[in-house]
Amino acid sequence: MIVGKSMTRVDAPDKVTGRAKFTEDLLKQGALVAKVLHSNVAHAIVRSIDTTEAEKVPGVLKVFTCFDVPDIPFATAGHPWAIEESHRDVADRHLLNRHVRYYGDDVAAVVAENEIACDRALRLIKVDYEVLPFVLDAQEAMKDGAPLVHEGFPNNICGHSEIHLGNVAEAIKEDGLTKIEGWYETPAVQHSHIEPPISYAYEEAGKIVVVSSTQIPQITRRVCAIALGLPWGKVRIIKPYIGGGFGNKQDALYEPLNAWLSQQMGGRTVLLSISREETFTSTRVRHGIRYHLCSWVRQDGSFAARTFQCWSNQGAYGSHSHGVTAKGMGAFPQFYPCPNVDCEAWTVYTNRATSGAMRGYGIPQVTFAMEAHTDDICQQMGFDPLEFRKKNTMPVGYVDAFSKNENYFDSIRQCLDKGAEAIDFKRKQKEYAEQSGDIRRGVGCAAFWYNTAVWPISLESSSCRMLVNQDGSVQMQLGETEIGQGADTAFSQMAAEAIGVPFEDIHVVSAQDTDVTPYGSGSYASRQTYVAGFAIRKTADILRERILNYAHEILRFPVALLDIVDGKIIRSSDRRELMTLGELATQALYSLEHSVQFSAESTAQIKSNAYSFGCTFAEVEVDIPLCKVKVLNMINVHDCGSLINPQLAEAQVHGGMSMALGYGVTEKCLFDEKTGRMLNNNLLDYKLGTSMDHPDKMQAFFVENPEPTSVFGTKSLGEPPANSGAPAIRNAVLQATGVAINENPLNPHELFRAFSEAKLFDE
Amino acid sequence: MNEEKNLSQVCAQQKATDREIQENPELARQMKTIRFTLNGRPRQLTVDVRLSLLEMLRNDCGMTSVKRGCEVGECGACTVLINDEPFDSCIYLAIWADGKDLTTLEGLEGPHGELSDLQQAFVDEAALQCGYCTPGFIMAAEAIFRAGKRLSRDEIRRQIAGNLCRCTGYVNIIKAIEKVMDQRFGPA
Amino acid sequence: MFDIKALYEAFSVEEATRLLLEHPEARVMAGGSDNLIKIREGKLANREFVSIYMIDELREIKLEEDGTLRIGSLCSFTQVASDPLVLKLVPTLAKAVSLVGGPQVRNIGTIGGNTCNGITSADSGATLVAYDAEVELHGAEGLRRLPLRDFYKGVGKVDLRPGEIQVAIRIPRSSYEGYVGEYIKYAMREAMDIATLSCSVNLRLSEDKKTVEDLRIAYGVAAPVPTRALAAEAAGRGQPLDQNFIPKVLAHITEGLSPRESWRASQAFRLHLIKATAKRALETVLQRSGVSQG
Repeated sequence: MIVGKSMTRVDAPDKVTGRAKFTEDLLKQGALVAKVLHSNVAHAIVRSIDTTEAEKVPGVLKVFTCFDVPDIPFATAGHPWAIEESHRDVADRHLLNRHVRYYGDDVAAVVAENEIACDRALRLIKVDYEVLPFVLDAQEAMKDGAPLVHEGFPNNICGHSEIHLGNVAEAIKEDGLTKIEGWYETPAVQHSHIEPPISYAYEEAGKIVVVSSTQIPQITRRVCAIALGLPWGKVRIIKPYIGGGFGNKQDALYEPLNAWLSQQMGGRTVLLSISREETFTSTRVRHGIRYHLCSWVRQDGSFAARTFQCWSNQGAYGSHSHGVTAKGMGAFPQFYPCPNVDCEAWTVYTNRATSGAMRGYGIPQVTFAMEAHTDDICQQMGFDPLEFRKKNTMPVGYVDAFSKNENYFDSIRQCLDKGAEAIDFKRKQKEYAEQSGDIRRGVGCAAFWYNTAVWPISLESSSCRMLVNQDGSVQMQLGETEIGQGADTAFSQMAAEAIGVPFEDIHVVSAQDTDVTPYGSGSYASRQTYVAGFAIRKTADILRERILNYAHEILRFPVALLDIVDGKIIRSSDRRELMTLGELATQALYSLEHSVQFSAESTAQIKSNAYSFGCTFAEVEVDIPLCKVKVLNMINVHDCGSLINPQLAEAQVHGGMSMALGYGVTEKCLFDEKTGRMLNNNLLDYKLGTSMDHPDKMQAFFVENPEPTSVFGTKSLGEPPANSGAPAIRNAVLQATGVAINENPLNPHELFRAFSEAKLFDE
Repeated sequence: MNEEKNLSQVCAQQKATDREIQENPELARQMKTIRFTLNGRPRQLTVDVRLSLLEMLRNDCGMTSVKRGCEVGECGACTVLINDEPFDSCIYLAIWADGKDLTTLEGLEGPHGELSDLQQAFVDEAALQCGYCTPGFIMAAEAIFRAGKRLSRDEIRRQIAGNLCRCTGYVNIIKAIEKVMDQRFGPA
Repeated sequence: MFDIKALYEAFSVEEATRLLLEHPEARVMAGGSDNLIKIREGKLANREFVSIYMIDELREIKLEEDGTLRIGSLCSFTQVASDPLVLKLVPTLAKAVSLVGGPQVRNIGTIGGNTCNGITSADSGATLVAYDAEVELHGAEGLRRLPLRDFYKGVGKVDLRPGEIQVAIRIPRSSYEGYVGEYIKYAMREAMDIATLSCSVNLRLSEDKKTVEDLRIAYGVAAPVPTRALAAEAAGRGQPLDQNFIPKVLAHITEGLSPRESWRASQAFRLHLIKATAKRALETVLQRSGVSQG
């Protein structure tokens, strides 16, 4: 078995020697440099732009403004194309925008021979704005008379949906119910991949080529073609290694502008390197969402009825819009099923940074609210948080009517039990129950629900190509992308297993080139291992059939008696090794009678999805006078099906936990109320945790229930680790201090506010 | 060799500088010849005084392991060793390298491309994911070993705190460094 | 590439002064961790600079005959934090500068640059003020010395005359001998951060450990420049060391301090921290002095 083993990452040697090539490493010398002028107002119409002085700067070749770009609105979200027009993302932005909708919007671009000339020119461009009032808060933006961010979206509502089960109004009439109500608020945060977005574009063979740090080369090709008004085949996207994406690069960011700038420069190579500050201000952030949750709870701890409302801050442009909000809402009635539920969600345009996809896609937000609410119920009604969860969560056999997902195992309870044991939850819960003094400890937990891939909301298909070399090794290409998660390694393991060759004999082509690579939608929705598994299996089956048919020609034994095992053609009846795959491949290719190169290619369409579950347990120490939370111990437990590569799965969980820790304690994008400007758009002021901010104990555990719908028993793990950490920390602080903090992150500012209110300071 | 080819190439920035010099002869005195050792080999380069060490190493010396992450010394992706100590090459002027001993990740592997024990530990412990911060982390860790002192886990955390990683939560990075610590100094 | 109009390199103190007088518009660049960032931001783009980074004579730490500790202005934080004299005589300074940024920043950042940029949050600032340090400046008329407290003139402003560079920080024996100190850097992260507020305390007890002979408390970010809490110091100085000592000091702790209200922290929070950090620092200092506080 190769699947299920901790094989070494296929890209590790290149990444520890500096040989791994990222976008900027491939750039040939002599490229032109482009930079973008961003608006310094949050909402305005550009009246005119004076580029005279900027164009005089030595080294500047051209200044382009929002008045020069094609009048083609386009959408940027990394979603598969929808044949049906009504299912497409809203096309609401131009390459450069005349209607400026947030502080940092793109209004002009300079192309120059060097960076200094670019920067000097940017400072000399004069923009005349007709300044408009702006709005930063989602609920404020929905009010009548609020500034309108986009024409055609009254009250700035860009998405609205509802779920109704049973009859809440009737259900709450039941005697003996306790109503628990809470408002919960999650902030905008930024992906903070260490490689900022970067691309360069040039023309070759009559096409525009964009080399880019993207998660979604195929979709980026489509978006570029649409934005430039080109046939899709005229655009070629090349994706080398990328320095993290986490959803931000699941959007076409600046690739369309980059392509257009190169086109305007006669196809010369133009580099568009986005700075860290621009990455914060002008790419994407995670949706900040406000929730209002109500539960009517019986004295036995069961739910009679629940309501859910949320307002999601979309920011200035569509990107991934209501999909994120709606996915979170969908989790609410499923996680703790209740016969009477009313849910309503709004996604609202505001004059803030654009919200897009970020690891978890709406689930980190809703999990914070929902699991904080769960502990609020337990605290106020005297239930044990662990037992209450186990009592109320999704039963085995539960089926979601929409996705047809089925809860095949009792995964959530198994995960909770495993985590509780690992952290010694019950003992610590007792130990920390009655504390006084400045420094107190607490334990808390939170659980989550996640999907795998995007079916049935949109298309799930994945393509694979395999080509056998003369030595019996296999070249494999997939449209699905390696973005650091270890996809190439998992794919290689699955391919080796499916074909019957050693792991070392799979040569996965890591880079995607849309001119060469078969279609795959790319890295998002924790889909790739699941969906590529189908494509790999299907393609391997075709390849095996071709190989064995040829082996039959040479060896005469019936195909039914032949097999490929460990790179050898064997007779399965007695396991005799007949020849190596390399010998067969060489004979087949150079045969004067019947020359064949073994190859196979196929597309698998996937019409299933799979529930993935897990939980976090956190132990904290709260320093009350200093308003600090120190996470001492953090444990995640996941059921992501059978593990393809346990070591890499564990590593991926660590990363997600780290992101959840930031979401829980330190990270938040701040916006100036007076101007709309993002205040902390750099890695000093945006508090990404360093090695010293992480607990010494950060552990990952798994419950391996093989997923029945997957050919390799697998389901999502990419995003899930980021989902439940923040509420677990919040609930641990609640246990430690008795203070319920309903807004993350629980940073010193928030603790100071909450502890002051709760009168915890002795002064 | 890649490196030689890169040396003979004139980088874009250099070209721009040449043009600027023609237009403004004042700038001629803005070039300076510096001598340094890079990964054990003596080098001499004439560089623009405005150049960062990051740019010089990537563009003039072909050391593309040196990554650009923030350009203001906040992420550590561009960490290199100067006289065996870690520095952010993005906020260090290239001319200051005059007379110094520089080491980049390219300098760690053996003459036949053998991985150093530290590089091997990063591979074995899955201490990397996207790989973009990896060169900086390995160099920060290399500085620990060049200082020659056994460090506790807390001290290791402190010595790599100038490098940000978004993928790993630092768990396996610390594991890899501790592993080499044990190999070199014996178990703690 | 940094947008620098002209860069003049000095290799000696005299050369630095000469270059600064020749180019009156030029700014001094020490390690560059501050200036280079501002050039990139555009705030100092297309300006002239005199680089003093290569003046190795400013990298010495030594004890003068009268016991004054003299730290060359170009000493990096790493060097200061690990210097045997610093660790022995002024360990609180070693602690303070070991909390700057991360290892890379501590290698490039200099103690001179940290005090000359006149930033209230500088980790060395509050502690040097709490040590009653003085600065030594070199200019056209030779050397000049003044207390660091007087060197600070306002936000980002220090008392440097044309042609002057700071060459050393000096801490007299009377400022450190017999004192026990503590520095608390309060920040949002454990590394790579600037102080939201910082508190540096130096305490000297009588020989019988029953009386507080001297007390110095200095803050960063509690005022536009690193500032002593003089009223609180006076309230504690000469007091018997009993359970009332810390409350007596804390009762006056915010007098004369004016922390700012900003998006990085509210004034109310900073005022709270002034008290909370002083209490913690004093408790630590007493514990370290071998006094169990009543």
